[in-house]
Amino acid sequence: MSVTKITTSAIAIVALTATAAAAREEIRRVGSSTVFPYTQAVAERFANTTEFPSPIVESTGTGGGMQIFCGGIGESFADITGASRAMKASEYQMCQDNGVTSITEAQIGSDGLSLAVSVESPHDWDLTLGQIFLALAAEVPVDGEWAANPYTNWSEIDASLPDVEIEVLGPPPTSGTRDAFVELAMHAGCEELEYVQNGGFDGDWVEENCSRMRTDGPFIEAGENDNLIVQRLQSDPTALGIFGYSFVYENLDTLAGVKIAGTTPSLETIGDGSYPVSRPLFFYIKNAHRGVIPGFEEFLTEYMSEDALAPGGYLNERGLVTLSEERRDELRERVANSVPMEAPAD
Amino acid sequence: MTDLTTDNAGPGPRNLTTEAVKNSLGRRNRKQLYLQGLGIAAITFALTMLFILIWSLVSTGHHAFTQTHVTLDVYVDPEEISEENLPRGGFSEVLLASMAQQFPDIDVSDRAEARKLSSILSDGAQFQLRDRVVSDPSLIGQTVSLTVPLSDPYDQLNKNLVRRDTPENRRRVDDAAIARFDQLADRGMISTPLNFTLLTAADSRFPELAGLRGALVGSFWALLTCFLISFPLGIGAAVYLEEFAPKSRVSDFIEININNLAAVPSVVFGLLALAVFIGWFGMPRSAPFVGGLTLALMTMPTIIIATRAALKAVPPSIREAALGVGASKHQVVFQHVLPLAMPGILTGTIIGLAQALGETAPLLLIGMNAFITSAPSGPFDSATALPTQIFIWADSPERGFVSRTSAAILVLLGFLIFMNAIAIFLRSKFERKW
Repeated sequence: MSVTKITTSAIAIVALTATAAAAREEIRRVGSSTVFPYTQAVAERFANTTEFPSPIVESTGTGGGMQIFCGGIGESFADITGASRAMKASEYQMCQDNGVTSITEAQIGSDGLSLAVSVESPHDWDLTLGQIFLALAAEVPVDGEWAANPYTNWSEIDASLPDVEIEVLGPPPTSGTRDAFVELAMHAGCEELEYVQNGGFDGDWVEENCSRMRTDGPFIEAGENDNLIVQRLQSDPTALGIFGYSFVYENLDTLAGVKIAGTTPSLETIGDGSYPVSRPLFFYIKNAHRGVIPGFEEFLTEYMSEDALAPGGYLNERGLVTLSEERRDELRERVANSVPMEAPAD
Repeated sequence: MTDLTTDNAGPGPRNLTTEAVKNSLGRRNRKQLYLQGLGIAAITFALTMLFILIWSLVSTGHHAFTQTHVTLDVYVDPEEISEENLPRGGFSEVLLASMAQQFPDIDVSDRAEARKLSSILSDGAQFQLRDRVVSDPSLIGQTVSLTVPLSDPYDQLNKNLVRRDTPENRRRVDDAAIARFDQLADRGMISTPLNFTLLTAADSRFPELAGLRGALVGSFWALLTCFLISFPLGIGAAVYLEEFAPKSRVSDFIEININNLAAVPSVVFGLLALAVFIGWFGMPRSAPFVGGLTLALMTMPTIIIATRAALKAVPPSIREAALGVGASKHQVVFQHVLPLAMPGILTGTIIGLAQALGETAPLLLIGMNAFITSAPSGPFDSATALPTQIFIWADSPERGFVSRTSAAILVLLGFLIFMNAIAIFLRSKFERKW
């Protein structure tokens, strides 16, 4: 009897303190899973070298991160969100509506998207974006008509390609990697096609017709877990997988990057732009939280330091493709002075 | 059988029946044998699957229970590290210098060459040295013997997870690196002790430094919250429904709903918690307290059902006897029925909590899958839990996390077995037979 009384009163006390114990000591980061490993590295470094509590780094995906970040000002909303694409106009508006008026945008570098095969693969893969589009799109030109994708074998697309079944494992639509792949590889591949070039179609047409991945088998949505895709590739050496380059870089003993138009993905080719499929990585800073959350300034200083961002820095070692020196200086300046971003155009 | 039929039926049908029984005997025995065979096959199948699961976990996970270390003599150079500047100082430079002593042929003034040496040691080595010097500043100017973890690629090499016979371009460690490692090994500097870091450290992005402490403490707070809420509420609800509530449509309706609630997918509770606890009440994200509240919602139906079954099992004679000597209804329940039902209730509670311990989906939704490099100090600090930590590690690109994921699963399974063993113990020790 008394035990029950004690427990119920204990719960009551705990429940009351729950709302009181909200004063946040640590930095909170949400957002893209692609930027996650970099923020993770900075956070661990920061926790090890300063007296401040460890930042909380959560991977929610770019869109999910924006929802939390733009939710408002205050302890329950994140201070930083990572994004594997620039903030959309609608997201900026949501931020404004919720009182998050001053945001600083920081591009920390870029990340390549890479098709990869198992190192056991018997073929030497070299694809053009057009071929990738023909292999993976839901609808492609067939004999001058825009029709459902008939290709089941790589050699049907081009005789020079290996005579194996098309089998590509990729991320689901909720993933930022998928968004980026559609935009950077599929749209660009679509625009390379003769049918599209001769037809005089504009960008809107491309976006409308070239964005759908095929669902009849050759393209397989394999979930967000890249390690699972690696295991599938190892058991099936003729299959291809779609990854962020930083992941391929960590697994170079099991994965080989597929050349695109003759260029092998590497830190160098992605950095100088010669590898065509790469995207910028951002993080967004809520300026209203600066000076309020303890250690926020120091965290940003660590993030912006040459140790982190420069070539050979610890983010570069994790696979981040770095910015040029002027752009790093300009970025550091902008973050230090908390220059707010302008409303995005689209 | 034949005697029975003799009494009941005439001579004609009797013969027929015995004939029929005799004729079908072989067929029926065969059927029974089939059934037994199928049963044994099913059990064998289940055991094989269990064995494969455990074997695959142990065969990948056992690598994580040891960690390759190197023992170095480090001269704590007063030019790099001074007492006034602590805890800051050139600890990585000091470590690099002592590595350079081992490999005089490498020119450490070249940055790329120096990286080759410093990458042998774990990134955490400099912080280990720092903590040691901070706790005893008199070490400055002396030479200390330091045992620090090797970085993940070399650890993998030592455990033969990086095979030396694969071509060089397919390995994370090149031939020169292997040669350096062998040199250290030849000098007896390499050791592979038990990996206590796995239990004592919080998360890290370096596999050799990552541990489960944050997850274990987070799971502890979440389960404690879950227990403190679901146990009294669950028992209260069950006692009322079983002992006091009048049998009516309303109580039937409640009963059906409780049974249904036990079958609701856990992710639904996660969404509910996200909307209500975090959205409305403004509770902190990623906090074990919120995780515990969510798990309590899931555990409560299990406890209610188990408690009601335990209460039902107490024979009515005990209630009647107590009532007979003049006890009030409430005295009967709290002084007689509830203590007798307690072993059953506790068993149900522990099994419910064990389920809650392994639950992942609702915790992912309330943000308990964050990367945090320190363990929480209370139920309101952000933390992960065991299953979400497994989720994070399974998703990490570094190779060392493959074995650590399996090891973490083994730790989780260990806790589950432990909790179920307590439940079995309580049942066999305190259960009464009437």
